[in-house]
Amino acid sequence: MNQELGTTGTGGARRRPLLALPNTGYKVLLAAAAALFAALVLWFLVAMVSKSRPAFSSLGVSFVWGRTWDPNTNQYGLLPFILGTLETTVIAMLLAVPIGLGCALSLGYLVHRRVKTVLSTAVELLAAVPSVVYGLWGLIVIAPYMRTDIEPFLSSVFGWTGLFNGPDGGVGILLAGVILFIMVLPTMVAISRDVLVAVPHDQVEGAMALGATRGQVFRKVVLPGARTGLFGAFSLATGRALGETVAVALVIGNSNYIAHSIKSGGGTLASLIVNNFGEASGTELAVLFAAGLVLLVIVAAVNIIARRLVRRTARSGATSVAVA
Amino acid sequence: MTALLDAPPDPILARRAEIRQIAAASVKRRRVSSAITLGVCQAFLVIALVPLVAVIAYVVAKGLPAWNSAFFTETTATDGVKNAIIGTVVIGAIATVVAIPFGLAAGLFLAESDGRVAGTVRFVADVMTGVPSITIGIFGYIAIVSTTKQYSGFAGAFAIGMIMLPVIMRAGETAFRGVPPTLNEAGLALGARKATIARRVVLPSALPGIITGVLLAVARGLGETAPLLLTILGSDFVHWNPTKPMNALPLVIYNNTNQPDPSVVQIAWGAALLLMAVVLVLNIGSRVTAAVLQKEKR
Repeated sequence: MNQELGTTGTGGARRRPLLALPNTGYKVLLAAAAALFAALVLWFLVAMVSKSRPAFSSLGVSFVWGRTWDPNTNQYGLLPFILGTLETTVIAMLLAVPIGLGCALSLGYLVHRRVKTVLSTAVELLAAVPSVVYGLWGLIVIAPYMRTDIEPFLSSVFGWTGLFNGPDGGVGILLAGVILFIMVLPTMVAISRDVLVAVPHDQVEGAMALGATRGQVFRKVVLPGARTGLFGAFSLATGRALGETVAVALVIGNSNYIAHSIKSGGGTLASLIVNNFGEASGTELAVLFAAGLVLLVIVAAVNIIARRLVRRTARSGATSVAVA
Repeated sequence: MTALLDAPPDPILARRAEIRQIAAASVKRRRVSSAITLGVCQAFLVIALVPLVAVIAYVVAKGLPAWNSAFFTETTATDGVKNAIIGTVVIGAIATVVAIPFGLAAGLFLAESDGRVAGTVRFVADVMTGVPSITIGIFGYIAIVSTTKQYSGFAGAFAIGMIMLPVIMRAGETAFRGVPPTLNEAGLALGARKATIARRVVLPSALPGIITGVLLAVARGLGETAPLLLTILGSDFVHWNPTKPMNALPLVIYNNTNQPDPSVVQIAWGAALLLMAVVLVLNIGSRVTAAVLQKEKR
């Protein structure tokens, strides 16, 4: 194939290939593709902002932190849903960070090589399971257990914290957080494992040679060494949890009030949009677009903060190595 | 003997014994804490496997009984998902066919340039891979549905393609950057045009990485539900026309889950199994193709 290389450019007798562009044309084509992508993203942002503007102009900015959602009285407070978004994500990440890191360390360093190959592939495949499937499973299979066993147990043990007040409903913020945790876990594990394994072997072996136990190597060499990448895994998983729509909408119990306990029903910005989109028009539709915009801002903020942190720790990590 | 006993204790020996004692205590303490750390890690692995295995097991166990002949031949108006399968195929195909060349061209641009513009585009692509899919759905609604005044398969394909695009771009860039620059230079030395080199040298060499990235993007796109809810509306008719409202497998799962009738929920399980099977086959397929192509190259 490579022998024909010289002739394709000049051989007029051959069928003119699709991409036989002069070099400038080729460059222009590629740049145009990138520019078109940038234009699409710009259009996306402009569309989000301009279509949600009617909400801001007719209600003022204050509806974003308003506490009441009642379209009948023209009250469109987004606070219950912003809180719901943050609560479910916090529950999910509180579970996903320790368990995900434990899994990743086990898969990277502890289990037998054959088990490792099988489990690692399985985890990567699980990361591709559509989120709606987790929602289906959560509502049909887990919600009944949640109501009859898990919630009564949690209330009896942790009832004093006040987090578990109210009736055991099965669906609610807690279940949404748990389903999000299960959903982001494969992503968390797959990325953190890659990052943890990438810590230089001589550092691990050096610590071992100094007499460190494996537990110490994990805590003092592997985890700090992989810090940068772990931030990346964390922010990706957090972004997915914040923005997940259908799985959450199925299991959160959809209420428009600020939740008084994590067992009660609630809503997230994403579930609000998807639940009300069908019937919304006028101001309400603009408010739903604005909810999307708020969600976008939250996710972008998490992303950019994580990126900054990564860059900062990467720099300080590099200097500390240089000093050492 | 007695003299030896009466002699003052050797300070060095005493110090040595003391150090040995401290060291033994330290080793013991560190071994215990290490065992706890390792035990917790392995316990977490088991804890994590339980729900993940349970999801798969439930979907297979509840989905397989739903796979009867009506499931594949009838529409969502009765007991089947035929129209949803067609919708998923049409929407997935349109999104893929548009996003692949577009994404690969933009990815090649990123791979070939290191300037400020490319850096910005790369950053934007990274951020876009993390943008919630529901907001892309809103974009699909604003851009296509409200301008054409019509919910349509095209609007869904637009949103799904928009989700796939940055994934393909970044996967493509990584694959293109993996091609040894010597190959490129050899092509230039032979007097080939850049476009020719891209088509005949860079593209074939980067193919394993590209196929993996593309199949992963397609798998992700097919499983998306939220954008479709805002763009294709759903429909009970069997048709291949993307200018009209369509149905899709994720939509069927979502709509059928919250229903009291167990036979309706069973269709959701069947659709979940089908969708999961397709996504997993694409995923495994991407790995196998990548492995085979990699072996061929050597």
